[in-house]
Amino acid sequence: MVRFILRRFTVAILVALTVLTLSFLLTRLSGDLAISIAGPNATQQDVELIRQAYGLNRPLAQQYFDWLLRAVQGDFGESYFFKDRVANLIAHRLPITLTLGLVGLALALVVALPLGIIAAVREGSYVDRGVMLVALVGQAMPSFWLGLILMVVLGLNLGWLPISGTGGWEYYVMPGIVLSFSAIPSLMRLTRSGMIEALSSDYIRTARAKGLSRLSILVKHGFRNAAIPVVSIAAVQLGFMLGGSIVIETVFAMHGVGYLAWESISKNDFPVVQAVILVLALIYIALTLLADLLNAVLDPRLRTS
Amino acid sequence: MTALLEVQDLRVTFGGTAAVRGASLAVRKGETHCLVGESGCGKSVTSLAIMGLLARGGQREASALRFAGQEIGGLDERAMSRLRGDRMAMIFQEPMTSLNPAYTVGSQMTEVLRRHRGATRAQAVDRAAELLGRVGITAPGLRLGQFPHQLSGGLRQRVMIAMALMCDPELLIADEPTTALDVTVQAQILRLLAGLQRDLGLGILLITHDLGVVARIADRVSVMYAGEVVESAPTAELFAHPRHPYTRGLLACVPVPGKVKRGDPLGSIPGVVPRIPPGFAGCAFRDRCDYAHAACTGPIPRHQAGPGHEVLCTLDLAA
Repeated sequence: MVRFILRRFTVAILVALTVLTLSFLLTRLSGDLAISIAGPNATQQDVELIRQAYGLNRPLAQQYFDWLLRAVQGDFGESYFFKDRVANLIAHRLPITLTLGLVGLALALVVALPLGIIAAVREGSYVDRGVMLVALVGQAMPSFWLGLILMVVLGLNLGWLPISGTGGWEYYVMPGIVLSFSAIPSLMRLTRSGMIEALSSDYIRTARAKGLSRLSILVKHGFRNAAIPVVSIAAVQLGFMLGGSIVIETVFAMHGVGYLAWESISKNDFPVVQAVILVLALIYIALTLLADLLNAVLDPRLRTS
Repeated sequence: MTALLEVQDLRVTFGGTAAVRGASLAVRKGETHCLVGESGCGKSVTSLAIMGLLARGGQREASALRFAGQEIGGLDERAMSRLRGDRMAMIFQEPMTSLNPAYTVGSQMTEVLRRHRGATRAQAVDRAAELLGRVGITAPGLRLGQFPHQLSGGLRQRVMIAMALMCDPELLIADEPTTALDVTVQAQILRLLAGLQRDLGLGILLITHDLGVVARIADRVSVMYAGEVVESAPTAELFAHPRHPYTRGLLACVPVPGKVKRGDPLGSIPGVVPRIPPGFAGCAFRDRCDYAHAACTGPIPRHQAGPGHEVLCTLDLAA
């Protein structure tokens, strides 16, 4: 178990370093940063000044290691556009994105798990087919489009929820629903297929032979085993959702990290872009690591071998 | 003595295909009853049908299905689940996969007693440890905390047996419990079952295709062929005076030291168990039978060939 954790942890650190390097290099690939920061009306002199002020005249390797050393200490430099520390910007925006992601995941689980279980128990019935149809529709629907539809119906026509902006819990409902829709199909399918496999297994027959209650057979013995892959996918889905919130936050004008990414990309604010990519990637890596560890907790064969 | 389990004219179909076609058998209290036959003859389906554990799509019908004098054929799932694990228990052929990989041995054993007897955790743990010792597992305390994948096949089957005994059942159905185990472990498990049966007065219905097992452990044998019980007799009687041509064929396949000389060919039954089409009449063995004649396509009489000896055949072959 200790070896398993150490191995996963080493892999996670290597992936983080790779992402760090890539996010640095990619922003440099988009052209001369000094020119784009200076803007179209700047003189050659202005560009040169900017180049020196931001240290862009140094060798690339030196810029990289400088940035890396500071990034590791949590110092991402200063935003060109917002005139604030990048770390501050992210610290203000991250809770909004995390809340949105967790709301989306919670909604997705609340819908996907029961429906997946019911579909598996009634495999081949109309209920099962209906559930699979919902999964198909959910998978095919673009999230920005669903977001606009919800805005029109729940926001404009019915007036139940605020259409856009950042604020109290009511601002998280619509974006949360939209975000959950991207995760529901895969979670539901996985729950369904895992349950179908579990329910046809020998240990379920044993559970029935022991005369256990239906609830115990389905949940304690069936779902417990079907849940193992679902948990890892749920953790990875949360990572996707946090990344995917760039679209949702833009549609709903929520000032989270996703919105920050969109703003800074369009303004060529590359310290912010680098930092946002890095933070989202680190969260994703942490979630994958968490999924591995949860798997080991749930599956005794991994834990004790 | 009344039968503990009485099955009359049991029929099981899976979507129009008949798996069991009118099987009858009875297990008395404290008796070991062996159900033998080739693969695919309907032994396992019969045992699952008795327990009400048929896979999805299985249809069960019987003119009588009585357990301890009570008709259980019409019981719903909830009522059956009250009996299963409590008064009638079952162990299976696959010890490697029959235990839930996610829970410890202790957790899986104790839930039986807690479900049926409302026992406390401590009581259930004590009972589980006692039974693990009873089935010959050393260090029960250690085993209770272990997961199935940490145990060998023989240990897992012992755990399955101990788990089946948690509520002191009257009937134990064992579906080929030793098939997946190696020979020395097989012998241990059989000795264990025989000992439990003697000590606890358990009625055992043992499904097997191994006549060596039958000879060692059975009080009574029923031979199954293509979904029917073709012959049923006390063990000694069946081995000494087999009446049905199929039973004779089966016995001829077993080498008996002293009777079969080195170099002599062993017996075999040509062909395989046929698929029985709907509306089939007569004897299902007739195409493989040396004694087949015209009457074998008509209704087959069930007749007494001695005390407690029943044969389903048109002939009355003398011993």
